[in-house]
Amino acid sequence: MSTPDPVQVFRVEAGELLEQIENGLLDLLNDLDDKNLINAVFRGLHTLKGSGAMFGFDALAAFTHHCETAFDRVRKGEVPATNALVSAVLDARDHMRALVDDPSGKDDVTGERLLAQLNAAVDGAGGNQPDGAALSLAQSQATPPAKPRGPVETTFKLTFRLPANAMVNGTNPVGLLNELRELGPAVIAADLSLVPPLDQIEADQLYIGWTVELTTRQTRQAIDDVFIFVLDEMELEVTEVARTVVAETAADAVEAAEVVTSATTAGAAPAVKPNPKHQPDEAEATPVEKVSRIHDTKPSENVRVPAERLDELMDRVGELVIAQSRLSQLASSSADIPLRSVSEDIERLSNELRDTMMMLRMVPITQLFGRFRRLIHDLSRETGKVIDLVTEGETTEVDKTVIERLADPLVHLVRNSVDHGLERPEDRRALGKPEAGRITLSAQQAGGEVIIMIRDDGRGIDRQRVRAKGESSGLIHPGEALSDQELLQLIFQPGFSTAAKITNLSGRGVGMDVVKKSVEALRGSIDVQSEDGKGSTIALRIPLTLAIIDGLLVRVGSGRYVIPLSSVEECLELSLDEDLRSRGRSFISLRDSLVPFIRLREIFDTGTQPELHQKVVVVSTGAERVGLVVDQIIGDHQTVIKSMSPLHHDIDSFSGATILGDGNLALILDVVHLVTLGQQEEARLRAAV
Amino acid sequence: MQTVQQLPIETPWQNREQLEVLTFDLNGEIFALEAAVVSEILDLVPATVVPGAPAFAGRIINFRGRVIPLADIRLPFGMEPREPTIDSRIVVIALTLHGEEVLVGLMTDRVHEVTNLMRAASEPPPSVGMRWRPDYIHCLVKRNGEFIIVPDLQAIFASNDTRS
Repeated sequence: MSTPDPVQVFRVEAGELLEQIENGLLDLLNDLDDKNLINAVFRGLHTLKGSGAMFGFDALAAFTHHCETAFDRVRKGEVPATNALVSAVLDARDHMRALVDDPSGKDDVTGERLLAQLNAAVDGAGGNQPDGAALSLAQSQATPPAKPRGPVETTFKLTFRLPANAMVNGTNPVGLLNELRELGPAVIAADLSLVPPLDQIEADQLYIGWTVELTTRQTRQAIDDVFIFVLDEMELEVTEVARTVVAETAADAVEAAEVVTSATTAGAAPAVKPNPKHQPDEAEATPVEKVSRIHDTKPSENVRVPAERLDELMDRVGELVIAQSRLSQLASSSADIPLRSVSEDIERLSNELRDTMMMLRMVPITQLFGRFRRLIHDLSRETGKVIDLVTEGETTEVDKTVIERLADPLVHLVRNSVDHGLERPEDRRALGKPEAGRITLSAQQAGGEVIIMIRDDGRGIDRQRVRAKGESSGLIHPGEALSDQELLQLIFQPGFSTAAKITNLSGRGVGMDVVKKSVEALRGSIDVQSEDGKGSTIALRIPLTLAIIDGLLVRVGSGRYVIPLSSVEECLELSLDEDLRSRGRSFISLRDSLVPFIRLREIFDTGTQPELHQKVVVVSTGAERVGLVVDQIIGDHQTVIKSMSPLHHDIDSFSGATILGDGNLALILDVVHLVTLGQQEEARLRAAV
Repeated sequence: MQTVQQLPIETPWQNREQLEVLTFDLNGEIFALEAAVVSEILDLVPATVVPGAPAFAGRIINFRGRVIPLADIRLPFGMEPREPTIDSRIVVIALTLHGEEVLVGLMTDRVHEVTNLMRAASEPPPSVGMRWRPDYIHCLVKRNGEFIIVPDLQAIFASNDTRS
């Protein structure tokens, strides 16, 4: 029960590897020569192949093996990385994803097609090289280029220790030692100092370190390559002890001697560095030639926890908050001073626990934005538009549930911006804009909300067409007066699409109305701005968390309701004569502006008489305000949001329910819906006047 | 694919000759629910009215920290509403609605026992001469000279899902 399914574990791991591979490839597109990235991608492929085979994902292992083989030529520098090649590997990566999800490997046609595409790309990339480049480059592994003299023999002293669990993870130390031997004559000594007494030895742990004196014609890089898959976790010290240029002439011998002296004083001379790009990296290490890779990529001190456990913990914290509010209710009505003091302590602790819990659930929005790099890459290929993706505020943290539920709407909005917003490169050029369209994704926190904006610098929303379309589809009356925002919001109406033809991008069955619905389900709102010829901005305002909110507890008739405190503007009394005066025209004047109000007693049909001192809670969503008339304001309430049963999903007035201190339930008002209701009421009354 | 033979309407019997049920009273009639779907029997708890909800499932209750609807199947059966008594209980059952498992509380006047019903003694609801909609009833089972009603809860909840 508690041991996780190994296949599931592999899937999670594979998912992360695939993500790493994808990110590596996308980064590679920006800098095709970056050897570190190439190595990272290669390592990812290799690990995926290995663990795939181990868990019986044979189709995946076989397919990945072929990709790895092809990509290995890039790693070895036989062929340069090209855009086409990287794109081909990206496509292959998607197939791997499919093979992880469905390991049966039925779809080997796709696999073969992708491999053919990949090999063609590799060959194509190789063909760009001057004749015989592949051969000579292969040799350059053995003898670094740009070295006029005879080969240099270097003696390295290596001290290394693999992580204790290396063998569990499938690393074979003997294999590594053999690979070292292949580089040149090696004297290998084992360091047994850390081997514990026999009865404490765990059979699968590795206690031995090694010291190797290796004389080789290869460079430092070749040694690192031997350890490529464990480099990040191991301790490796490499010291250069001696360097001799294999003398071919007397003059060379003299020069060789000089090289040796300089090597002992200043370390490796740049002349032997195979890849100038790595110079800073290695130069840094030269003075003592001591590399502790552990500090290079510090293993992050993160704990991976299944999401369900976090949800469970959240539920427990929610129950605790409810129990605590019961306790404080009891304590406040008791004269027992020690009880009250304990209750206050518990209240403070549970508030802190709640805040910590919230922080645990917060993840940086990078996770979400990261996916769009790939989407933009694909969209760019599909549409032939050149697109720059700019992301801002990626460190903004949002509740993980929010992130999950925002993914699809955002994908749709970005597709929409690319499809409808951005012009074709030639049109952009004609307009004097840079050829590459720009999509900016930004996130920022504002109070209890996060604002996510999708901005494009395309043609903007054509208001004429929106109006025409709205009129023809019966959403608005011909010539109806609409505010700019109302007009633009029409694009979120069901059945609205200005796209004359359904393209691959926008014709995926998800309309903008679904986007709006999903955002509203998150208790968020959408704002649209657009400037002709300059582009449009869609801003999503989403509450930071869905689990617990601060609420204002009110009573209407005999029922208690919670209004999210973040949307409450102010509370005031509805005097009796104002109540009477406002019959038939439900407005109150609030500092010279008229605010429509709704008698909750009436729409909830409580059948009770209004109380003498009714209160008005003024709530707002952005610019729109509405007053809610309640019988009593009870006070603020830590509201643990419970979703409504599917039987009640179609009731718009409530976004959920919560458990009160006495165990009873209170419904949480959906402010967005009520404000819309109030606005409609206002419009109706204005029309009647 | 070959044409699939139309499956017989799902009955609680499936292939069994006996059915373990929980019996309870509603307005003088005996109802039975398959024991397997019953998750708990509760004493009455305070319920919260949901304005705008369908009348037969117009309230919600707190069931161990979960918010579940409280339904009264008297309404779909056209029975008079009754004030709860000291014997009234809430039977919490698990239903599948729109592919989701949903817990629902059912109001009952009195819960009797868990017992076995015999398939041989069951008959389909008569199409005429009955006060109740036949599609809300799986079958009637005769026992000790009385008829026990086995309601089709899926059908009841599916057709009363929207606002009434």
